[in-house]
Amino acid sequence: MARAAVPGRLRGRLIWRVARLVERREETPTARTLLFQVPGWPGHLAGQHIDIRLTAADGYSTQRSYSLAAPPDEDRVELTVQQVPDGEVSPYLTQVLGIGDPVEIRGPVGGWFVWRPTATEPVLLVAGGSGIVPLMAMVRARQAAGSRIPFRLIYSVRTPQEIYYAAELRRGAPGLDVTYLYTRVAPEEVTRPPGRISVYDVNTHGWPAEFEPTCYVCGPTGFVETVADILVALGHDPRRIKTERFGPTGG
Amino acid sequence: MGIVSPGFQGRPRRGDTRLPPGQYLTEGFPVLSAGPTPRIPTDRWEFVITTETGQEYRWSWADLMALPSETPTVDIHCVTKWSKLGTIWQGVSLDTLFTEVDSAADFALVHSYGGYTTNLPLEDLLDGQAWIAYRYEGEALAPEHGGPARLLVPHLYFWKSAKWVRGIQLLLTDEPGFWETAGYHNYGDPWREQRYQGD
Repeated sequence: MARAAVPGRLRGRLIWRVARLVERREETPTARTLLFQVPGWPGHLAGQHIDIRLTAADGYSTQRSYSLAAPPDEDRVELTVQQVPDGEVSPYLTQVLGIGDPVEIRGPVGGWFVWRPTATEPVLLVAGGSGIVPLMAMVRARQAAGSRIPFRLIYSVRTPQEIYYAAELRRGAPGLDVTYLYTRVAPEEVTRPPGRISVYDVNTHGWPAEFEPTCYVCGPTGFVETVADILVALGHDPRRIKTERFGPTGG
Repeated sequence: MGIVSPGFQGRPRRGDTRLPPGQYLTEGFPVLSAGPTPRIPTDRWEFVITTETGQEYRWSWADLMALPSETPTVDIHCVTKWSKLGTIWQGVSLDTLFTEVDSAADFALVHSYGGYTTNLPLEDLLDGQAWIAYRYEGEALAPEHGGPARLLVPHLYFWKSAKWVRGIQLLLTDEPGFWETAGYHNYGDPWREQRYQGD
């Protein structure tokens, strides 16, 4: 792959900032979108992530990384957190943390898996489950910038109930094509039988390789491996396939 | 101590001294890569050390297999916060590969199939600290984990242990690699929590 472009922020330490929960919304029965106010937030690019640090009363602390779900809105940052059964951090964030309560956040992190509104190539986004989060930040950044770059989003979910940002995606945007792939249960009107993403799906709903799109693939490791291999097999230049994998340990 | 988040308890404290600051234990083996997994057949694989004068030292897969191997048991620490303790590898020590290499360089830029690079001081690759690893937990190293062979430098964050390793370029001046150019720390010592530039 090509050397990563240098992101906006470089040099200088990424400091921990106190972030207070402003709003929590239900995305699905097990996922919540959390809006934090972070005074002094330096801004970020769509696709970047943050580190979050939780500290207990006895001084014990732990950290996790979460993708940002939206482009910056002054000093607000938005995450969507999938509750992991027996997780150490995600059940706290989705259920316990109260409005006005503090956590610590630092970032933004990551200068490779990003989309800039100045980019001119068509974009293919391929999401597996909660892998939609950084890709939604790209969809929203495109919208916020008034960009006319054509986007296609292929979003693989187990069931219709597990779609994040469902109402917003249903409203859609000019030049944004959204295709849902259901792996376990599909709505009645969908003719494609439930199943994992295939060459056919990517070939039908993605861009031809000749269009030289930038492809962003995010999801669990097995999903990302499969989709990246399919894109390479369909003739896409590996250097234009950017991946982000969620391990099973997001906790 | 950081700001306390009300009601946060966290996991039972293990007091595990093998865990660097900010890391948590995982039993799985998560994958972190920036792009598609390259597939490199071993009959086309080679490994090249290039010195600052342009001199090259090459090994085919058969050459590598013919060298004495070691089976280090090491803890690995990913910058994305997971750590995995007691992982068992098999590979050739870089001390073995560097035996005949004549160089005055202080820095190394590691190159991978697929174009990935990472940099580190040459001294971090020597003295029993680094291997070209080709087996993991007794099995051939899987492509998504860097097979057929990856660099293993367990005392630094795991992005320094370049997957699909193809060669090492020796340099008189330091040159940042892929993640190092994208905002990650130039050295990456997990015990000093050197995750990002400026840490």
